[in-house]
Amino acid sequence: MIQLDEIQKRLLVEVADLHKVPEGAYNIRSNSQSAGRQSTANIEIVPKTDVSGLDIHIKPGTRNESVHIPVVMTQTGLKELVYNDFYIGDDADVTIVAGCGIDNCGNQDSEHDGIHRFYVGKNAKIRYVEKHYGSGDGAGKRILNPGTEVYQDENSSVEMEMVQIKGVDDTVRSTTAELAAGARLVIRERLMTHDNQRAVSTYVVSLNGEGSSADIVSRAVARDDSFQRFEAKIIGNAACSGHSECDSIIMDNGKVLAVPALEANNVDAALVHEAAIGKIAGEQIIKLMTLGLTEAEAEEQIINGFLR
Amino acid sequence: MLELKNISFAVDAESAEKEILHNVSLTIPDNKLIVVTGPNGGGKSTLARIIAGIETPTSGRILLNGEDITDKSITDRAKMGIGFAFQQPVRFKGIQVLDLLRLAAGKRISASSACEYLSAVGLCARDYIGREVNSSLSGGELKRIEIATVLARSSVLSIFDEPEAGIDLWSFQNLIEVFDGIRKDIQNSSILIISHQERILEIADEIVVLREGSVAAHGSRDDVLPLLIGTDAAFGCRKIPAWRGAE
Repeated sequence: MIQLDEIQKRLLVEVADLHKVPEGAYNIRSNSQSAGRQSTANIEIVPKTDVSGLDIHIKPGTRNESVHIPVVMTQTGLKELVYNDFYIGDDADVTIVAGCGIDNCGNQDSEHDGIHRFYVGKNAKIRYVEKHYGSGDGAGKRILNPGTEVYQDENSSVEMEMVQIKGVDDTVRSTTAELAAGARLVIRERLMTHDNQRAVSTYVVSLNGEGSSADIVSRAVARDDSFQRFEAKIIGNAACSGHSECDSIIMDNGKVLAVPALEANNVDAALVHEAAIGKIAGEQIIKLMTLGLTEAEAEEQIINGFLR
Repeated sequence: MLELKNISFAVDAESAEKEILHNVSLTIPDNKLIVVTGPNGGGKSTLARIIAGIETPTSGRILLNGEDITDKSITDRAKMGIGFAFQQPVRFKGIQVLDLLRLAAGKRISASSACEYLSAVGLCARDYIGREVNSSLSGGELKRIEIATVLARSSVLSIFDEPEAGIDLWSFQNLIEVFDGIRKDIQNSSILIISHQERILEIADEIVVLREGSVAAHGSRDDVLPLLIGTDAAFGCRKIPAWRGAE
């Protein structure tokens, strides 16, 4: 394994909670190179030959195993486009931890565009965690454009936790999902933008099979002069249930555009969306001040809780 | 000991000034449970919010143990030992009951210590400690958690603004026991409860009647309560006060 420097190690902690080499299967990508890779008896990680990226094969029935594929970038001006494809066998039950950390101290933009495709087998269950983080005080931007495609077979279950709390200057997140009968998709997105950052998050979820369901909840905070756009479209093509919720707090000169959309193509499709944008409620701050917190501390607690 | 000296509070209402409190002077001694009662709109909640620093009086001074706190912030007063339970508790998305109790205690208390505060307000702690303080909780549950946050503060003056509001009759008996319990541990502190409930008036050491922004009566429970029973300042479960319908 390639030796990682202190900044790279810190990024790994931020995006994947990794303090050391993870258990199980992993691939650590550092400045466009593999800094370490391990497959297991049930999970095979193979580099692609045509484009940059990995094929990850998880055998049917694999249980209680995990895959870590974090990416760290510390080289200014680096731009990469990576395709990672996950083939998850029937009845598997695994956790996948991705995430990208960029430290850019230079003057050129650093950009990581990761396309993740998930082919989820019948009755398989995955939990996917993706954290994005940026640091470094260079003038160059830290840009992350994740594309996520999910194809769920019958009765499969996918839970996705997508977090971007700090330091990413520009991001366009695009997520699409297609669900067969009985499949279930749960997405929890947490996003905070600050300074002049811009974040766009788009979801298109097609509920194609009877009894399929999706629940998308985005909690976002836009502070300083940042801007966010959230678009979630749920399409009900069968007897299914879908719910999306976008809850945003705006502070300072932050701006948020929420565009929830529903499309029902079947009379038994039950679809609901909720969207709310507002500043922190004054009563919340007052309550925490009566517990002895200053106004700034109260705001911090409210934001921390909201983005938990 | 808390002293209110000539507190007045006015708001602008339709281009005319409306006085909510008029020249209220009151002393809340240590080791006493004081209940402030009176008709709705009489200024009770405003008085409580002025003591906590949420509202600023138009005139008058507030002294806590001799120190003038009139110009102190909500935060400063909380740090000096004033606890306040809201009439309508605030909801927080994402903040859990345990987080709120830890913020209230001002330290990272253990989950089992936090559970004691919840048990004290009649909640099965195990079911609540990890719950978010959001709209999934009922009004009664929130109200009890609100009271638990004040218990966790170990305040020198604990103010409860209509603790019975939003609590069902079944839970109400439990609430009386909670206040009886707090009262037993009252050493070097005092409790101020804003309430209409006869059952709460019955456990008071002193009763203050606030009517139309002024102190209409103030004395020991035995002196004041008989004057109130059956009137519009206090009611039991079966009485329907005329002024409630006139709101």
